[in-house]
Amino acid sequence: MSETAFYLLAIPTVLAASGVLLLRNPVHCALSLVVALFLIAGSYVALDAHLIAALQIIVYTGAVMVLFLFVIMLLNLQPDPDEGAHVLAKLGAGAAALGFAVIVGAIVGEWFETAPPPAVLAADFGTTRGVARTLFRDHLTAFELTSVLLLVAVVGAVVLAKRDRV
Amino acid sequence: MTDWVIVTVKCLAVLFMVLQVSALLLWVERKGSALIQNRIGANRAAIFGIGPVNLGFLNTLIADPVKMFTKEDFVPAGADRVIHQLAPFLALFPALVTFAAIPFGDTVEIAGRTVELQAVRLDVGMLYVVAMVAMGVYGVVLAGWASNNRWALLGSVRGSAQMISYEVALGLALVSMVLTYDTLDLQQMVRSQGELTLGFLPAWGIFFQPVAAVIVFTSGMAESKRTPFDLPEAESELIAGYFTEYSGGKQAAFMLADFAEIVVVSGLMTTLFFGGWQVPYLTSAGWKLPGLDLLPVAGWLVTLLQVGAFTVKVLFFCWLQILIKWTVPRFRYDQLMNLGWKGMIPVALLNLLITAGLVLLLAEGEA
Repeated sequence: MSETAFYLLAIPTVLAASGVLLLRNPVHCALSLVVALFLIAGSYVALDAHLIAALQIIVYTGAVMVLFLFVIMLLNLQPDPDEGAHVLAKLGAGAAALGFAVIVGAIVGEWFETAPPPAVLAADFGTTRGVARTLFRDHLTAFELTSVLLLVAVVGAVVLAKRDRV
Repeated sequence: MTDWVIVTVKCLAVLFMVLQVSALLLWVERKGSALIQNRIGANRAAIFGIGPVNLGFLNTLIADPVKMFTKEDFVPAGADRVIHQLAPFLALFPALVTFAAIPFGDTVEIAGRTVELQAVRLDVGMLYVVAMVAMGVYGVVLAGWASNNRWALLGSVRGSAQMISYEVALGLALVSMVLTYDTLDLQQMVRSQGELTLGFLPAWGIFFQPVAAVIVFTSGMAESKRTPFDLPEAESELIAGYFTEYSGGKQAAFMLADFAEIVVVSGLMTTLFFGGWQVPYLTSAGWKLPGLDLLPVAGWLVTLLQVGAFTVKVLFFCWLQILIKWTVPRFRYDQLMNLGWKGMIPVALLNLLITAGLVLLLAEGEA
């Protein structure tokens, strides 16, 4: 990915992601998340992973976020009245954020020092065939286990929703 | 530099093609519905107070947009101003960009380069179309919510439920097409439809996947929210549904998005099932009817014929959709949901299963 493309996509992504945290209206927050996820798909395109980009838009932007938005609208959530958190809570949150930043900084710093040289991409990198081969041939067990996990989650959700009717 | 110019020209050509056809459809809809309902329809306009005069289809093409864009742009009290402004663009954007992946011709030689007649050639063209269709929901949902109007909200709730339901059937039918052609690349799909099957029949998708064709066309119409699937608008129940509180140019944007979606559905039907830009028996060398000698045709004429064939096919499906809109009455909501979840999705799943089985059998036969 060229440096220009990275900054053109990364800066708006970070801005949109901060919007999720900073905006007051829940619908605006959800929309910021949509924008952030869409721009991440743009980053995938710039990294030659076209399939992942398309899936990112179909799954996250097209399906998951529509559901989020739907739930927020149906619950008719009002903007956060901002009563102001307790001083201790603010201090605690600040300390936790600082700790997180230190850990991330340490990991990234280490990674930069020992980062391997950029690998040469295979000809079928990011294409549907390439991804499918990795997913369904090299990592088939992991893929099947994930699908079982998702199935368990779906069945669990149905059971929880139906509990009072049994 | 030349490459940039070529890409820009292609993108603009596709964008303006969709916009022009959408504008023409506005006229076709007004006059066509009049024809169907045995009335005359819009036939005169007073321009700067002169008239009324009859300028044929220029009336609708010029007078209607001028009327819409000079009306007051109204934002209701209590509306979410930002999202209310944003929603028409969110509705229009996916409809206009989807066509970028649809090929409208074979390659041509320009300045020593082989140029594909397609705005962008994508390895994942089919998924791009699905992704953009999925984005179309936002315009509907946000327009209804931001308007602070009960009718509008009801319309957008209906609209999003309908679009998400029919997306499933549409996606399943598209997967069976991917299996049939063994590619996600729309240009490649059209290329393989240029071959002959059984020695005489053009290998068009409709002959292999008639069920998928019906599902894609029906759910495509449901995605574009037109009668008999116009419950999100339902003017007899919900005033105008999700765009009740829009006026002037923004209302025009919603209308334009509707027409652009018609063009996109037509383009998709043409590309997947009716040979795209292929003219039956016409190859790059010339016309080769089975059992007859080759009739040579000049290269530029072949390109022209192919782009022409694509246009004719797309226009035919646009007309078909308008014909259906003005012929069939609106579904009831439970009928709509039953058709989607209990009719189309099981049939699409079964079709996918059979397709996958056949593809597997044929692949083993070859190996």
